[in-house]
Amino acid sequence: MTTEDVSTKDVTTKDTDFAIEGHGDISVGVHGAGASGDGSASATRITPGNALRPEDIALEISRGQVKPTDDVAEFALRIGDDGLILAQRLGHWISRAPELEEDIALGNIALDQLGHARSFLTYAGAAWGKSEDDLAYFRREHEFRSAHLFEQPNGDFAVTIARQFIVSFYQFELYTKLMESTDPTIAAISAKAVKEVDYHRDHSAQWVLRLAGGTDESRARIIQGFKLVWPYVDELFEDDELTTRLAEAGVTVQPSSLRAEFDRLTGNIMAEAELEVPGVPQSLGGGRRGKHSEFLGYILAEMQVLAREHPGASW
Amino acid sequence: MAPHGNPEAPASAASEINREAPKVAATTNVESTTTAPASGPDVTSYGAKEESPWSLWEVFVRSSRGLSHVHAGSLHAPDAAMALRNARDLYTRRNEGVSIWVVPAEAISSSDPDSKGSFFESPQGKDYRHATYYTKSEGVKHL
Repeated sequence: MTTEDVSTKDVTTKDTDFAIEGHGDISVGVHGAGASGDGSASATRITPGNALRPEDIALEISRGQVKPTDDVAEFALRIGDDGLILAQRLGHWISRAPELEEDIALGNIALDQLGHARSFLTYAGAAWGKSEDDLAYFRREHEFRSAHLFEQPNGDFAVTIARQFIVSFYQFELYTKLMESTDPTIAAISAKAVKEVDYHRDHSAQWVLRLAGGTDESRARIIQGFKLVWPYVDELFEDDELTTRLAEAGVTVQPSSLRAEFDRLTGNIMAEAELEVPGVPQSLGGGRRGKHSEFLGYILAEMQVLAREHPGASW
Repeated sequence: MAPHGNPEAPASAASEINREAPKVAATTNVESTTTAPASGPDVTSYGAKEESPWSLWEVFVRSSRGLSHVHAGSLHAPDAAMALRNARDLYTRRNEGVSIWVVPAEAISSSDPDSKGSFFESPQGKDYRHATYYTKSEGVKHL
């Protein structure tokens, strides 16, 4: 076992033994092929590495080792749904992005988000005896708890980047705080997610700078993009009874407490890009209570149709 | 349509999003060079797709500590900073690397494949250039 593997493991197993169980099957045989110092090791060596996977959480659940309270499950459902809906939105860019390289970048981000969603939904489902698929495919629109920002249409590339910019800076603050959660599963999922979201921040910030500093056309589009998605920012930072109870229990922090740092960091990039934070009115929100904009129903129709038409289908 | 972009415009100014928009004259794009300081080489026709204004970069990945960077492939990017990120997304998706280099493809000078004979065949048969050709002298220590 190489030193990288060990150090990764330490990070993900601070409070649980998730990564120790259930990984042997994949790792066996791979370490031998690419051990450090092997002169034949190539640039395309493939190793799965060690990280917390949704399957590991499902295993812990099936053994009765973890079970969230109803409050924690409801909270996991919110952030899981955020990731799930965004992944579905971003997935639409596959084969449609401006360049092949960007196509893959957006696809990677979508898959990261889907991975986080799978972990959170798997964990949430344990409270109600449901699987991640039950929650993703067999809930109706008013049962989804994602915020409105995540279901907003992709628009052009600039709109997608503007949405991604807000999302990733919000998620980074949230997951950073959740690493300290008193719920070890939430903390472990967040520790894995935060590194990926950190890259999403960088990706979107790079593009905000380039679109704003590119041509007149690209600048006009990113300004318009921010105007379209900024009304959905406030909802992300709204406190309610659930977050208040969970903040007292140390499971999460109040969303409103994340706002100052979000404003500071996004403000820095916006200033560098010579963009102004749009002075647009804020939407009413309600996603956390199952009240959604007109877009979610269409997303769900597309996302759920196969699972509902052919229950139990697999490939 | 400007084939392969304008060699006189900075690479970062040739935004893909602007493909259908009227080309902005190079002189009005001064600010783009300031927002993207790590600008790549000027866009030339080298290796670029017909419709792509992005320049070509070669990617080198180091798979683990102690090994060399190995050529993994190429990609298109508007500038060096984005080339690194694209390389991360394209060539390290399966845990392949711990370090990446990107190099503008046009910065690489390569040997001529047609000169193989004169370039590479001369050392053949010259076994006296290998240490194993020589017998070890008696009495010499530490060899």
